[in-house]
Amino acid sequence: MKNNTYWKKNIQYISILLSLWFIVSFGCGILFVEQLNTIQIGGFKLGFWFAQQGSIFGFVIIIFTYIYLMNRLDNKLNKEN
Amino acid sequence: MELQYWIWIAVGLSFSLYIGIAIWSRAGSTKEFYVAGGGVHPIANGMATAADWMSAASFISMAGIISFSGYDGSVYLMGWTGGYVLLALLLAPYLRKFGKFTVPDFIGDRYYSNTARSVAVFCALIVSFTYIAGQMRGVGVVFSRYLEVDIVTGVLIGMGIVLFYAVLGGMKGITYTQVAQYCVLIFAFMVPAVFISFLVTGNVVPQFGFGATDAEGVYLLDKLDGLHKELGFHEYTSGSKSMFDVFCITMALMVGTAGLPHVIVRFFTVKKVSDARKSAGWALLFIAILYTTAPAIAVFSRTNLIETVSDKPYEQMPYWFEKWETTGLLGFTDKNEDGRIQYTADAATNELDVDVDIMVLANPEIADLPNWVIALLAAGALAAALSTAAGLLLVISSAVSHDLLKKMVMPDISDKGELIAARIAATAAVCLAGWFGINPPGFVAATVALAFGLAASSFFPAILLGIFSKRINKEGAISGMLVGVSLMLFYMLKFKFGWFGGGEKADWWFGISPEGFGTVAMVANFVVTLIISSRTPAPSKDIQELVANIRKP
Repeated sequence: MKNNTYWKKNIQYISILLSLWFIVSFGCGILFVEQLNTIQIGGFKLGFWFAQQGSIFGFVIIIFTYIYLMNRLDNKLNKEN
Repeated sequence: MELQYWIWIAVGLSFSLYIGIAIWSRAGSTKEFYVAGGGVHPIANGMATAADWMSAASFISMAGIISFSGYDGSVYLMGWTGGYVLLALLLAPYLRKFGKFTVPDFIGDRYYSNTARSVAVFCALIVSFTYIAGQMRGVGVVFSRYLEVDIVTGVLIGMGIVLFYAVLGGMKGITYTQVAQYCVLIFAFMVPAVFISFLVTGNVVPQFGFGATDAEGVYLLDKLDGLHKELGFHEYTSGSKSMFDVFCITMALMVGTAGLPHVIVRFFTVKKVSDARKSAGWALLFIAILYTTAPAIAVFSRTNLIETVSDKPYEQMPYWFEKWETTGLLGFTDKNEDGRIQYTADAATNELDVDVDIMVLANPEIADLPNWVIALLAAGALAAALSTAAGLLLVISSAVSHDLLKKMVMPDISDKGELIAARIAATAAVCLAGWFGINPPGFVAATVALAFGLAASSFFPAILLGIFSKRINKEGAISGMLVGVSLMLFYMLKFKFGWFGGGEKADWWFGISPEGFGTVAMVANFVVTLIISSRTPAPSKDIQELVANIRKP
């Protein structure tokens, strides 16, 4: 695997994960919060939950996913070289 | 045992721990002083970053701020955590690969210019000084509130302890004390939270208690919305700010977080690139423990407060009410003289003044917890303030000794000479920070927003484009940073300090508050950098080589 492919793959991961970052915070917690607030799960209105809890859990999952994906990519690069 | 003894024990023990660590981890070289030798374990670095990041404000005030603003408080929760995603995905691994000591190092080398380096030093210094003044003040306030010494003595004790481990150990000392401070602060924050959650909802996990029902089977959040409506406040779970402003503030805080130099330098201390990613993940996980608990505490204490005081006779108030009245955090004026407390949204009839800090500080008493929990809280608040202050100090001292002295004024200085300079700079910075703590400039609260706005509008675009584009040159980056910072300073001075003709909320550009304006200034930086770069010559082969190199794992 060439460095170019490595970088392209990295950019691809980043774009997907940053879209998710945007969706869980700005999307669910701000832009569509009123629509989501019409859905109630347990004691939470969904939009409010995303704004105060869900987005933060989402961020943690996003970073650990990136760590996993990049470690896998690094290993692949090391093996091929 | 008496509360005072408990507090002296908790504070004394935690302080001796920090001093012990400082003696164990003295720095012998500039590499140890600036980046702890570059071999910190990612989990340790994650804890240190979390402590570095969570300031006195996160620990003491944030839950209270959310408690009074409900949904609007989400900007802090999302804004102060979401930045770590940007750090982990866009900045930290590459800056670690670059492998120097400071943020101006990167800006100066990548944009092959000492002008760019100077602009970066200038920004790093203002950002860090605006931030550190608040921390030293926080130390003083905690001391005066819990240990009955005056604020000046409190600040001096805080200065002494930070001076000891920051000057002696540099980044190495700071890193390992921050690990200890994280443990102290998270334990201190969680113990009362767990108890209160159990008390109010019967669930020991505050994050679940948040969405649970109270003793009568009503969902807590629904109950709070109802109480708010009755008293004339806006509904707790929906906001009063415009959606656009909420968007801008959240973005400015996220990007600002990713651009704060004292957070970025923490990622220079790990061994390799993959460790930089890992420690960003751990840091966010450690931060998330506190940040997902804070909104739960906000709801528990808000409900508790309203139910305890609203329309109740003043005579029947619990003992903690009087205690916090004497500290000035609670105030009751019986306007209609009926002996009852009317707590409403209308300033004309409202009889209760509540300081936001009380929501965390009074928790143990409201929940009737033993004295040692209160002592723990004091030690935790001090840990939060000291750890952040130390991280900022290091940025200030390295900006002076490394970026100014070594890189620009005296390139021939020996490693030993630079180390001495770094220690002198750190000492001077502690004294200056202490002075600000004792004589707080009236604008401290207003300038926290400024620090984030400045970081967002200066560093973030310059670093991001420096990594992800080979075409961006020094002309573009320098003009972008200058435009971003000037625009941010202008807006802040105009609307926070009344310069340039001042202005009211109605005059805000596009309805954006000064807190959210960092987003606009950042966009301006990006646009200017891209346009100017495209019209001036591309950077040399060497620089393009450097960029290609930091992208390799």
